[in-house]
Amino acid sequence: MNFVKAIVAAGLVAASTSAFAADITGAGSTFIYPVLSKWADAYKKESGSGVNYQSIGSGAGIKQIQAKTVTFGATDMPLTVAQLEKDGLSQWPTIMGAIVPVVNIEGVNAGDMVLDGDTLAKIYLGTITKWDDPAIKKLNPKLNLPSAAIAVVHRSDGSGTTFNFSDYLSKVSADWKSKVGEGTTVEWPVGVGAKGNEGVSGNIGQTKNAIGYVEYAYAKQNKLTYTKLVNKGGKTVEPTMEAFKAAAANADWAHAPGYYLILTDQPGDKSWPITASTFVLMHKEPADKANSAEAIKFFKFAFEKGDKMAEDLDYIPMPESVVKTIEKTWSADIKS
Amino acid sequence: MAVQSDVMEAAGPYDRARALNAFKLGDVSFYWITRVCAISVLLILGGIIISLIVGAWPAIVAFGPSFLTTARWAPSADPPVLGALGPLYGTMVTAVIAMIVAIPVGLGIAIFLTELCPQWLRRPIGIAIELLAGIPSIIYGMWGFFVLGPFLANYFQPLVIDTFANVPVLGTIFAGPPSYLSLFNAALILAIMVLPFITAISVDVFKTVPPVLKEAAYGVGCTTWEVVRNVVIPYTRVGVIGGIMLALGRALGETMAVTFIIGNAFRINGSVFSPGTTISAAIASEFAESDGLHQSGLILLGLLLFVLTFFVLAAARLMLLRLEKKAGK
Repeated sequence: MNFVKAIVAAGLVAASTSAFAADITGAGSTFIYPVLSKWADAYKKESGSGVNYQSIGSGAGIKQIQAKTVTFGATDMPLTVAQLEKDGLSQWPTIMGAIVPVVNIEGVNAGDMVLDGDTLAKIYLGTITKWDDPAIKKLNPKLNLPSAAIAVVHRSDGSGTTFNFSDYLSKVSADWKSKVGEGTTVEWPVGVGAKGNEGVSGNIGQTKNAIGYVEYAYAKQNKLTYTKLVNKGGKTVEPTMEAFKAAAANADWAHAPGYYLILTDQPGDKSWPITASTFVLMHKEPADKANSAEAIKFFKFAFEKGDKMAEDLDYIPMPESVVKTIEKTWSADIKS
Repeated sequence: MAVQSDVMEAAGPYDRARALNAFKLGDVSFYWITRVCAISVLLILGGIIISLIVGAWPAIVAFGPSFLTTARWAPSADPPVLGALGPLYGTMVTAVIAMIVAIPVGLGIAIFLTELCPQWLRRPIGIAIELLAGIPSIIYGMWGFFVLGPFLANYFQPLVIDTFANVPVLGTIFAGPPSYLSLFNAALILAIMVLPFITAISVDVFKTVPPVLKEAAYGVGCTTWEVVRNVVIPYTRVGVIGGIMLALGRALGETMAVTFIIGNAFRINGSVFSPGTTISAAIASEFAESDGLHQSGLILLGLLLFVLTFFVLAAARLMLLRLEKKAGK
């Protein structure tokens, strides 16, 4: 009987277009999935509406929202204004994360090694092949570096992490930009590919003298040997929540049309150079306005009450000022 | 029988024609049911081929024959450059090395089991082989990643690299540095995976050799090797080759285990100790995040693998036909 009642209730709700207890559907980025599911859990408790999110990858998420099979899509790679307009989509950043280089060298502990963008690019281009290369020695005069070949590890699956990492290398190295460029999968000149953050860290754990890149949350939870980086301001920074927040605060979101802004290599003395954000995509004129309004409510809830949950998972919440602009975008863009 | 007598009674004792008609109906419907089953295989196969071609069409139009000869795989370049040479090379090399390792070992096990093995050891070895066939491929991948790979990289590869360092051709094939993710390691895992196919089928066909032939050979003073070489193998050639081709088919298409340990690098390197990729590994790792031409290129890779496997099987059939003619059967 309860089941029948539930169906009748659901029917009535749908008919009256009141969005109570409607399930919001979304798909896309795997990066956002842990925090999104935590938000969804909390939101369900508060409002009764569930969020059904499929973490199928950014590219697939974009496809799903274009095909209007979901209420929102999530992507690590922002769409350009032209792409947004073509499908009548609105876009905004929801959460930020960071990417850190990790190494496995005997005697080198987390935070011991310093690298800069140019050196990192040269390692991934294959022009620096040994750990005792003068360029690395110059950055790390105190470290005892082995004269061993660098084993480069990258992601083999298409990923937003690779997109932001290769975007950073493109910004700091003209050589990288012309030879490789950026993308969710790129043409790696050297190294071996591994699937997912866990594949990369597994490879690095197994291989002596290896280097790779993973999401910060992953590196922290698994206690990987991360390195420091030299940022755009020429300062050496450690990957900390403070450094990520600095990068986010220095980003000029207000002047980025369609929030098309890739967070890598932001200015500021304290900014961590490889910071990334995940964007949410929704239709400006949704087919199901009730669902769309409910999704907006969910993201509003996430901005207002989800910061602590995000930080617990080592994500970086959006700064207050950016949230205000985004809320303005909602009321201007999305018809309900 | 019960059904028959039921029908008989229902039809009455003298109504033969009706009873027979009832049987006929059963036969006809059985014929059609089985026929539909058989045709559905053709439909599924045709559907797969058509959808592969449709999916691959944009890439076929964009790259044409150069897809087969380009070694670059740059989906993020503008415009994207996709070439299948790297994965094709990896697929061929791993399959060939796997067969070089698996055929002698697999046949060796089969010969030992049927000709030489003491009775009490037969069952344990036979069951072990069958269990090997039942292990899911992801387990092989993990084992290769955590156990076999490091072992090869730390002990086996350095030895081989040093041994052949100054030998002209072998020096290039076995060039360093040692890597626990490489074509060679993937091929070795493949060899272990296809071993049961070769062994199980060979054992079955070796058992079909009439004892009188072997006894006659032993009777005129042949050694065991001579009996195997001149009696058992020629008698069972067709079945053995069938098993080998089945194994090759699996080696060409194996995905998960290979993705774990091949290194997923789209480069062609003369050394078998360098990372590479295969067609199926490339599709498995890149498909989820691909779109547009990139995805179409991956589907085209899948079509290539399909064609490749088809030709391998066709070639095997052709070879068998020739052998049968030669043998005068």
